[in-house]
Amino acid sequence: MEDAYRIIDCYLMIRLPEEIDHASCTEISRRADHMLLDNRVSHVVFDFSDTRFMDSSGVGVLAGRYKKISCFGGKVYAIHADSRIRKILRMSGLEKIVEIMDQEGQDDKSYERGI
Amino acid sequence: MTNHMNVEFEALPENEGFARVAAAAFVTYLNPTMEEISDIKTAVSEAVTNAVIHAYGEAGGRVVLRAFLEGTLLRLEVEDFGRGIEDVEKAMEPLFTTRPDLERSGMGFAFMEAFMDGLEVESVPGKGTKVTMEKKLGSTPWVEAEE
Repeated sequence: MEDAYRIIDCYLMIRLPEEIDHASCTEISRRADHMLLDNRVSHVVFDFSDTRFMDSSGVGVLAGRYKKISCFGGKVYAIHADSRIRKILRMSGLEKIVEIMDQEGQDDKSYERGI
Repeated sequence: MTNHMNVEFEALPENEGFARVAAAAFVTYLNPTMEEISDIKTAVSEAVTNAVIHAYGEAGGRVVLRAFLEGTLLRLEVEDFGRGIEDVEKAMEPLFTTRPDLERSGMGFAFMEAFMDGLEVESVPGKGTKVTMEKKLGSTPWVEAEE
C-alpha cells in the first residue's frame, strides 16, 4: 500500500483514513508534524478520498496544522471531500482558513504537480 | 410502545467508533436517510469523546449509551460518572475548550446541537454528566438529503 504521507515539491500530501475521530487523530497529527519538520514543506494537502466520517476531532487536526504553517505563509488544502465532510468544514468555520478544492479539482491543479 | 437499548463500555478512544455505530445500527429498521445516520453518528461521537477526554483521568471509568425510539422520535443519552462540568453554559459555547493542548476544537456541543433536534446537558461536579439528545427521524425530505 502506498504511503499515506508523502512530500511532493513543497506540499505535504496526507491521505486521511476512513474515520477521523479522537481515536485516530492523535496519530495523524503526530505523523504530519513529524513530516512538517522537513524544510521542503510549506503547504499541507488533506486528501479525504477514503474518508467517510469526521467529527470535531478532525477539525482540531486541520486547525492545528494551519496554525503551524500559516505563520510562514503556508496554506492548508482539502481535496476530495464529500458533501458530509464539506458540511463539517463549513459549520466549523474551517472553510475560512482551508482552501476546499472542487471535487474535479478545477480550481487549481498546482497541488497535483508531479503525481 | 417504546423500543430501547442500553450499552455500557469503558471510557476509551477505541470505543468511540463502537458507540456511534451501535446508535446508528439501532435505528436502521426505520430506514433512515444517509444524512440522518451521519447526524446520529457525529452527535454520539462528540458526546462519547467528551466523556473519554474530560470525565475520567488515567483510571478510566464507564460510559453508558442509551437509545429510546418512540415511533420515529429518537432519544439518545450518553452518561458518565466522572468529574462533571462546573459551568455547563460555558462548556457549550462554540470554540470553548479546556483542552487546547490536545487540539480540541471546542465544537463538540455545537455539533451535537446542529445535527440533532434537541440537546440537554445535566452535570453535577464530582458526580458525572448526562447528555440527552433528540432527533425526529423521517423529517428530512429525500431531495434535500441526497443533495
